[in-house]
Amino acid sequence: MISHLEILETNKMIQEENLDIRTITMGIDLMDTATDNIDKLCNKIYDKIGFEAEKLVQTADDVALKYAIPIVNKRIAITPIALVAASTKSDSYVKIAKTLDKVSQEVGVNFIGGYSALVDKGYSESSKILIKSLPEALSETDRVCASVNVGSTRTGINMDVVHELGYRIKEIAKLTERRESIGCAKFVVFCNAPDDNPFMAGAFHGVGQSDTVIHVGVSGPGVVKRALMNVKGASFEQMCECIKRTSFKMTRAGQMIAQEVANNLNIPFGIIDLSLAPTPAIGDSVAEILEEMGLESAGAHGSTLALAILNDSVKKGGVMASSRVGGLSGAFIPVSEDHAMIKAAESGLLTLDKLEAMTCVCSVGLDMIAIPGDTPSSTISAIIGDEMAIGMINGKTTAVRIIPAVGKSVGDYVEFGGLLGQAPIMSVHKASAEKLMQRGGRIPAPIHSFKN
Amino acid sequence: MKKGIITVIGKDKVGIIGKVCILLSENNVNILDISQTILQDYFNMLMIVDLDGNAISYNELVNKLEECGKNLGVQIKIQHEDIFTCMHRV
Repeated sequence: MISHLEILETNKMIQEENLDIRTITMGIDLMDTATDNIDKLCNKIYDKIGFEAEKLVQTADDVALKYAIPIVNKRIAITPIALVAASTKSDSYVKIAKTLDKVSQEVGVNFIGGYSALVDKGYSESSKILIKSLPEALSETDRVCASVNVGSTRTGINMDVVHELGYRIKEIAKLTERRESIGCAKFVVFCNAPDDNPFMAGAFHGVGQSDTVIHVGVSGPGVVKRALMNVKGASFEQMCECIKRTSFKMTRAGQMIAQEVANNLNIPFGIIDLSLAPTPAIGDSVAEILEEMGLESAGAHGSTLALAILNDSVKKGGVMASSRVGGLSGAFIPVSEDHAMIKAAESGLLTLDKLEAMTCVCSVGLDMIAIPGDTPSSTISAIIGDEMAIGMINGKTTAVRIIPAVGKSVGDYVEFGGLLGQAPIMSVHKASAEKLMQRGGRIPAPIHSFKN
Repeated sequence: MKKGIITVIGKDKVGIIGKVCILLSENNVNILDISQTILQDYFNMLMIVDLDGNAISYNELVNKLEECGKNLGVQIKIQHEDIFTCMHRV
């Protein structure tokens, strides 16, 4: 029998410490919609998503009510459009992006991910068309999220695409200039992209999965922070144990909710991604956890260590709780979405270089970082290149979601509002990487890819 | 048997248990267990109820309890018991 204390503990986590199901993401395979005519393709995509996701929001809301735990976002991930649209031979996929925007609005999801291309080994014609159309697609839609996987530990890094993306990201920023360059917040560059990640902007439905699937992302940095308050001054072992226990409980709740949503929709349950994802709300911050662990501020020496402990312990607790842990699972460190990160960046304690070091041990990478609008595209490519190298060599997922805010420089802010928050413009190094980026070609697969 | 856990938290006053029990009995929800404590003037009640025979849908019951809580100036929440077992038992 459950004790009163346990009931109160769960309710306190939900009500006071922001434990929530951050997202229920429905993965939908679109390969069967492929056809040689783009208008026909758009119709088929519209019909398929509309049919599959019709009951997603209602079902998720009902389950949330049953357990009185909020499910904050309902989202859709689809097969990378560069694959789906290849046979149309069309010269732009913007029409598809608009279709995705329309249908996602109609079924009531707030984001749809999968306007994506996988180019880690080669640059197919279809991927070229998709990447070329990114600026227009992201500026003319609200809910469509895009991603490009440019590298992996098995294959190396496609530097031609990294070079081009420097330009494209600046174009996206330019075209969405009047909305604080928000288009860039909907675009991620990946190395080792997971094909079952439920979190945006990088979600897409990988090719090895079932027709439809339900993934879930659980979050609750506040819960971990509150738990850590009970082990102030205790040893590292005790601290790790505390994080593990907390993450166990959170994962269990997420798994049960996702399983039930999946059962009610009669589609398979995929993975649970336990990622501590901050929101701009006070008490819902990853940087606050680092501070609770014993740092004066995020960005101080010791931040990488603290984040490594957090990430590892979260995974261990999650793996014990569920055999379906997948996606990114760990801790996210998006600057604009975390009030304590913003504060650390404002005060100069948290720099881009320190963030890069922290991405070696966190679950993803440089996330939601605003930089001056006049940053050369080769510098943006070089930032991406650095991050991709970390992913490739260390066999982990890394990503870059960076916003070169047009017309802004260090000291200014971009304000996105809502979950995307606000970001102070962070400085980048002035020394050029132009010649390195201009070399072109691919970086060969690293030595530890030869495992066979 | 599907069991629900009702938690009532708020400032103590006359008739909280009475009102909640009447609402439940009107809707054919059987109460299996009740316990309550007063912590620093705060009323804290837990009820375990049987959700198999309720006369109205679960969503309606949630709304009615919420409304009842508003009238009483307390917070009333109902949850399926599975969320507690899954979180606190290996």
